[in-house]
Amino acid sequence: MRLDTTDKQLINLYQRDLSVCERPYQEMARRLDIPEEEVIDRLQSLRNHHVISRVGPVFEHHRAGASILAAVAAPPEQQDLVAARINRAPGVNHNYAREHTYNLWFVMTAPDEDTLDERLDELEHQLRLPMLRLPMVAQYHIDLGFDIDWEALA
Amino acid sequence: MSVSTLKSDAPHVDNYVLCDRDRQLILATQGGLPLVPDPWQALGQQLGMPADEVLARFQRMQEMGVVRRVAAVPNHYRLGYRFNGMTVWDVKDEAIGRLGQLVGNLPFVSHCYRRPRHLPYWSYNLFAMVHGTSREEVEKKAGLIRDVLGEDCHGNTILYSSAILKKTGLRLKKDGS
Repeated sequence: MRLDTTDKQLINLYQRDLSVCERPYQEMARRLDIPEEEVIDRLQSLRNHHVISRVGPVFEHHRAGASILAAVAAPPEQQDLVAARINRAPGVNHNYAREHTYNLWFVMTAPDEDTLDERLDELEHQLRLPMLRLPMVAQYHIDLGFDIDWEALA
Repeated sequence: MSVSTLKSDAPHVDNYVLCDRDRQLILATQGGLPLVPDPWQALGQQLGMPADEVLARFQRMQEMGVVRRVAAVPNHYRLGYRFNGMTVWDVKDEAIGRLGQLVGNLPFVSHCYRRPRHLPYWSYNLFAMVHGTSREEVEKKAGLIRDVLGEDCHGNTILYSSAILKKTGLRLKKDGS
């Protein structure tokens, strides 16, 4: 998909926040000086082409329950198997393979801290691998995306 | 300086208790809002809730910090940022509050957190996520972080992601997965 200036502007302006008001797309339309219908069509098309993953709420995990980043060092020949087990564990919503001895990094969530600990203990026991538990201690940046360098991407 | 921690963050409440209707809304919008002129009306119809209640609940969840933002979330990989580097740093405990804030403010850092060390296995306590179109670009950005940390950093590495094995929205059901 080739992005035109309006698409890029849409992403630049609304990757950080759109207004939670009665007619959010109408407000975007006003700002971009295009019809509301066009805003909706463009968003639909950007989503269909996976340029944006969604237009919607980003939830703060630790405010809507408990969450933790954890990692294990899976023996390379078992990495796929271990990854599949992690993916099946309750509450796991992200799992990335990374180039490091600790090669599987995942985020686990639960309705509360106790349930989270139980889930981690259970998974650790199942995997028979020691787990690095890395809860967030402080957040130095509220995730609002980052400036997209369109020229570098062109 | 505004550092948000688990313990304190002025305008937000620590543990906002979600009611079932909030949960229903979260579950219904994990994949995004309906792309129709009145998305609240469409959601309300789907869930049997008045449109103004849907909107009011979203506004409140945003005020309470449960909803961090409502946005058009870009797919950075699809845009050309093929390299995702989790840069990790071993920063002096006395300096991490100040330095973490400076690193978090760098325009190319998308997430920045302090996390505990697990010695002797893991000595890094500062995590900053960096994206790039090449490894060189990620390394250049990591170099800028190193400049900020200076003498207070005793070691660092970059963990590149080689595969996304799972990425889904937040799940809230008690029974998990």
